Amino acid sequence: MTNAVATRESVLEILAEVKDPELPMIDVVELGIVRDVTFSGDRVTVDITPTYSGCPAMQVIEREIVATLASHGFEGARIRTVYSPAWTTDWMTEAARGRLREHGIAPPGPVENSGGIAELVSLRRARPTTECPFCGSANTVEKSEFGSTACKSIHFCNGCHQPFDRFKAF
Amino acid sequence: MLSEYLIRLGDDRLVLGHRLSEWCGHGPILEEDIALANIALDLIGQATLFLKLAGETEGKGRSEDALAYFREAIDYRNVQLVEIPNGDYAFTIVRQFLFDVFSYHLLEQLMKSSNPEIAGIAAKGFKEVRYHVRHSSEWVVRMGDGTDESHTRAQKALDHLWRFTGEMFQPDDIDSTMLTAGIGGDLAAIQPKWRAVVDDVLTRATLVIPNDPPAMTGGRKGRHTEHLGHMLSEMQIVARSHPGAEW
Repeated sequence: MTNAVATRESVLEILAEVKDPELPMIDVVELGIVRDVTFSGDRVTVDITPTYSGCPAMQVIEREIVATLASHGFEGARIRTVYSPAWTTDWMTEAARGRLREHGIAPPGPVENSGGIAELVSLRRARPTTECPFCGSANTVEKSEFGSTACKSIHFCNGCHQPFDRFKAF
Repeated sequence: MLSEYLIRLGDDRLVLGHRLSEWCGHGPILEEDIALANIALDLIGQATLFLKLAGETEGKGRSEDALAYFREAIDYRNVQLVEIPNGDYAFTIVRQFLFDVFSYHLLEQLMKSSNPEIAGIAAKGFKEVRYHVRHSSEWVVRMGDGTDESHTRAQKALDHLWRFTGEMFQPDDIDSTMLTAGIGGDLAAIQPKWRAVVDDVLTRATLVIPNDPPAMTGGRKGRHTEHLGHMLSEMQIVARSHPGAEW
């Protein structure tokens, strides 16, 4: 590929080859962390936004983006980290959500960040129902809001008696 | 002055994050071990972003790692609350709750900071702290209003920790300047909001605030308890033994 035909779309297509190292079934574009692609002369700049402040996957993803673009002829791509607006799981595509489910991870529900702190400190808060990704049962319980990675919570299905992860609404 | 302010924001989160990481592999149950490690990761992540910005603002070429690993205790600017040793699980959770509620309100304000980078870091951190507040407040109620044993431990923790809480709300010249510039948070406005949430949760947890005044102070000026130096010696040993190492 020559830069003469390089477009934002063609670069996004290449970036779809870069997978989240902790969730290799989804790529960084459908995850919603690639915010923009711009050109300055023959250099590409990719704007990315972190998922969680401390997510260790981000450094790996940055390196992968640079290497993947280089293998397609875009040498020396620049990564710019943008913090605002903050990443939200609402940016994740439907296709990615479906693939999470296929791999036994319940996809995130809509983000409910409207409530104030009074709502957070209530033990009797209503918990959103999570559908089991294995059997589809809604008879599941949340075991912990913190799971195997920063982005997941732990659940148990009373229908098929399987534990499962959920991608947290964030 | 901005870099000094950022170092405070970073140090509170770095020191508390490191303390929480000490629980990794020692949590009372597996889910809590994982939860505390996750919260530690969030806090250290937030600290990384604040300290990186602090180093860039300062302009002396100090990276976030240089600030974390090559400063002495006297150069740290965290409040003393976050540096005292973890104690038992009740102590760790009660301390976490007292800080989480403070951090929630501070980051909520910093999201509107006139400094766009601070606003961005705060917006991300705020979403994380919402999960932290829910976690720690739920456990404070469970332990406080739980068994005799858990109640006794939670009350003992609160009795010891309360004296450290005043320091979070004592503005000095740097806080005032940052507030006037529209960059920093308004500690005087946060204090009553913090207290209202703390009162609400502690009441439900049947825990009683001790009569001792929240008198302990000095962390923002580099006066720390003896515990910070010990913690840093462990936290910094690898970076100092192998300066410049990468992996």
